[in-house]
Amino acid sequence: MTAILAATGIPRLARGVRLRHDEARGQWVLLAPERVLNPDPVAVEILRKVDGARSIDLIVDELASTFSVERERVAGDVDAFIAGLVEKGMIEVAVPTIGDAAS
Amino acid sequence: MNVIAPAARPDATVRPAPPAPYGMLAELTHRCPLQCPYCSNPVELDRRNVELDTETWLRVFSEAAKLGVLQVHLSGGEPTARRDLEQMIRHCVEVGLYTNLITAGVGVTPERLQSISDAGIDHVQLSFQGATPEITDKVSNYRGAHERKLAVAREVRRLGLPLTVNSVVHRANIHQIPDFIELALQLDAKRIEIAHSQYYGWALRNRGALMPTRDQVFWALDVVEEARVRLKGRLTIDAVVPDYYAKYPKPCMNGWGRQSLNVTPSGKVLPCHAAETIPSLDFWNVREHSLSDVWLNSPAFNAFRGTDWMPDLCRSCERKELDWGGCRCQAMAIAGDAAATDPACHKSPLHAHLLALAEADATGGEDYDYRRYTTPDRTT
Ligand code: SF4
Ligand code: SF4
Repeated sequence: MTAILAATGIPRLARGVRLRHDEARGQWVLLAPERVLNPDPVAVEILRKVDGARSIDLIVDELASTFSVERERVAGDVDAFIAGLVEKGMIEVAVPTIGDAAS
Repeated sequence: MNVIAPAARPDATVRPAPPAPYGMLAELTHRCPLQCPYCSNPVELDRRNVELDTETWLRVFSEAAKLGVLQVHLSGGEPTARRDLEQMIRHCVEVGLYTNLITAGVGVTPERLQSISDAGIDHVQLSFQGATPEITDKVSNYRGAHERKLAVAREVRRLGLPLTVNSVVHRANIHQIPDFIELALQLDAKRIEIAHSQYYGWALRNRGALMPTRDQVFWALDVVEEARVRLKGRLTIDAVVPDYYAKYPKPCMNGWGRQSLNVTPSGKVLPCHAAETIPSLDFWNVREHSLSDVWLNSPAFNAFRGTDWMPDLCRSCERKELDWGGCRCQAMAIAGDAAATDPACHKSPLHAHLLALAEADATGGEDYDYRRYTTPDRTT
């Protein structure tokens, strides 16, 4: 399958979107304008790595090794999940250009 | 049948603890430069000298976070009239609350927006009383309001903050719904609220000048539906439906004391912003009670929780946990009984009466009784 997003892209939550653990209800929530979403456990694992520093590649690597799953399968899931939130405006992906390694 | 031994139930009124609330509306002040005739604030506005101080608000936000509130709506009046707004936002961020600013935008400078942004605000909702200067300025009774709002909207986006355009529609601007949607797109808002005026507080006073006709309302529903489909993925449209002409009432607050609470400028805790129109209820104040004490134990919150309080008409109805019997404040206003079935429901014996009221109002004049302080200010 072909990925929708560049693997070198660095995703981060858009301004106005926050992931947090909801102590009162014992669950993770994704907060957005007038919305409270309940990501499933897989989504939570991905979202916790969306920190504006890790690239999609790295996120896939880490998840594949933590859960000992085939890298290719993880890559497909991560790509589809992040692309979905990009479409909703909840995640932004920066694609670093050469020579811009510092940020 | 009762299989539970009486000993296990020492108090027959004991009920299961209600689930934690998700949202809190913090009405920081009733002060506002605008005078919208549909304003949902009470006719008796709180003056500055009775407003909660900074310290108390910070405590309330901490208590809210602990209670399980996830999102706080910083509203008013005009919340930016509070100079300690940034301090409150920073505190909310610290305790993990998502902050949403609900502003009219007048009197908010770019410097102020920058500092609100720096404090960590998550989302800004900006009201437009019309889609054109003429109508915004007339409805808000403020010359030049529209231009100032446009400037604020641009600044909000320049700062990278998500923007929602809030529009309250009624007879004088309902025809502008397509223009409101266009405006939201132009301003790069990702979301628009199109709320039909709800008749409490000032809006109830002005019902004759605000009520749209039945034809207008049905036209508006079609326009919104069409735009929703057309703009999917670009603009989220959240609509608050008008219920005078509806068959079923709105699920007011998604149930009384079920998901959210409201703190007034002077510290009263209400199950909804209009609840003070129900004279039999006594509202606890955050000056004397913790938020969780109010949520769990105050008689006002327990008065219409769940379905036990319902009249037979609702209690035997399959929709009782869908619309929760509708709105208590509307039942109060129209039926004179807060525990009646909402007259917006076609099963209510007062439904025809409500419809007749609406139809009569829709042919009324356009003279507004603008929102303002009704008693002279003795504090200055
Ligand atoms: S509805 Fe109008 S008058 Fe009321 S608080 Fe909002 S901007 Fe001010
Ligand atoms: S009878 Fe009561 S519960 Fe049933 S639809 Fe009407 S208001 Fe809702």
